[in-house]
Amino acid sequence: MLQIDEISKTFNIGTVNEKTALHHLSLALQDGDFATIVGSNGAGKSTLFNAIAGSFYVDEGSIILDGKDITFVKEHVRSHSIGRLFQDPLMGTAPHMTIEENLSVAYLRANTGRHAYFSRISKKEKEYFREQLELLGMGLENRMSNPVGLLSGGQRQTLTLLMATIVTPRLLLLDEHTAALDPATAAKVLALTKKIVEERSITCLMVTHNMNQALELGNRTLMMDRGSIVLDISGQERENMTVEDLLGEFEKRAGSSLDNDRILLSTKEGV
Amino acid sequence: MGGFLTAGIVQTALEVGLIYSLVTLSLFLSFSILDICDLSTDGCYTLGCAVGAMVTIAGHPILALFAAMAAGIVSGFVTALLQTKFGVESILAGIIVNTGLYTINLAVMGFSADVSIVGKDTVYSLIGSINKGVFWKGWSPVFFLGALILVICFLLYWFLGTRLGLSIRATGDSPAMVKASSINPAFTTTVGLCIANAMTGLGGGLIAQYQKTANINLGTGMVTVALASLIIGETIFGRLPMFWRILGACGGAVLYRFLISIALRLNVPTEAFKLVSALIVAIAIIMPQAKSLIQFRLRRKALMAARAAKGAGASGNGGGKE
Repeated sequence: MLQIDEISKTFNIGTVNEKTALHHLSLALQDGDFATIVGSNGAGKSTLFNAIAGSFYVDEGSIILDGKDITFVKEHVRSHSIGRLFQDPLMGTAPHMTIEENLSVAYLRANTGRHAYFSRISKKEKEYFREQLELLGMGLENRMSNPVGLLSGGQRQTLTLLMATIVTPRLLLLDEHTAALDPATAAKVLALTKKIVEERSITCLMVTHNMNQALELGNRTLMMDRGSIVLDISGQERENMTVEDLLGEFEKRAGSSLDNDRILLSTKEGV
Repeated sequence: MGGFLTAGIVQTALEVGLIYSLVTLSLFLSFSILDICDLSTDGCYTLGCAVGAMVTIAGHPILALFAAMAAGIVSGFVTALLQTKFGVESILAGIIVNTGLYTINLAVMGFSADVSIVGKDTVYSLIGSINKGVFWKGWSPVFFLGALILVICFLLYWFLGTRLGLSIRATGDSPAMVKASSINPAFTTTVGLCIANAMTGLGGGLIAQYQKTANINLGTGMVTVALASLIIGETIFGRLPMFWRILGACGGAVLYRFLISIALRLNVPTEAFKLVSALIVAIAIIMPQAKSLIQFRLRRKALMAARAAKGAGASGNGGGKE
């Protein structure tokens, strides 16, 4: 479904800041795959997401989604089939627009026709938005004409999740989307994510710094280091893997002791 | 109003204020909504004025307004093109276009700095001739401009509620979200700037026929004036729902003209006039901050007084116990 073949990306070529962020990385996802990605800071996780979403074009290699070569397709065109959530809950929504307006902008992905430019949000669509908001169980359906800027981080991230999936994407990219939330809210957003992804069997990639999550969620675990995927486990191998094993792998592959406190700190908690 | 502000002064302030409100609406769209500082406003206003004047001279006063708008759209398109296709910083793109427009404006006016359209039919003379009454003769420009601005406000409000309008609003509010929603920000920015500059151009076309002259330096400082009007409007009318914000921008423009009229009435010497304008603009911009500062000072004073009273009482009690 997603076929990434030998992609590379180097930033600031020819300067002292030259950095190879992706190094001949290959990855194939099957329909309905839910893969978690772990890796230390600077391993290239976000760069991989940016490459898939089209924030920049890769230097080498190709990206194929649903049989279509999207290597040089623009970001906004790719977003028809790719949904994305960022770590920063403020990034995915427009603060000065109402919940309803935000949703209708996200809902633009549904109708691609140019004739739709001058149409307005219909009653039917408003009703649909209300139903979808009710499913979140946060009471947002009663605040549809409030500016999004008034919502809390957790509410905003939940809304972003709804916006990314209101038109079911072919691929969903979750870049540590619960990391900036308090534990209780994070658990809620994560449960919602799981529910939506499972119900509609969305193919999904999720970056996490939580080793428990990395093994529990989804059906595949990937580990990244220095711009490539160094570990790719699924099925029985994954079931037998413990958090300690994974940390061991991490240490072995990284070739140095863990420098990321966040990974160590978050290994014991369930969230 | 009586002696200080005569009917004539009020009338002029209203007329010019209403024309200026088009430029303010233009900045409302580019600055407040799209979050772009479009510094081509000065040149674009003059362009609208020059094109409007030339077409009026040719004997087509109504067509002149459409031509002025079209010229504005072209100017906005070039500014947008520089920003979106060639990645030029928005402020720089505006300055480049503004500089280039100076020569183009001169060319439009046949390489003379002044063009007079005295004696030609204008939209004002056409509308004024509908009715022979003295009242109508005097006030018809205000009614015409008021109706025109109201229609444009409604159109703008309607447009910002459409899918394209919402996309434009989102472009200025959250670029990351826009890209994730399959909207091409280059497209929405271009459409937004074209509409904004169409309004600026129309404003220029209207002022040309109003003053019966076009001057190469007419637009100088226009962006400051419009920005001040916008801020006056937002200070007074606050963060209200969209339609009121749009009307507020127009209200700000009219109010700005009134302040200028008052300054004129107070016999401010012509040499000092630019300074007075700058002061009005500065005060308008400072106002919101000053308001909150004064409120904070007052609250602090009240709190300190309350604490001092309580403190005195408490120490008094303590003293009693010892």
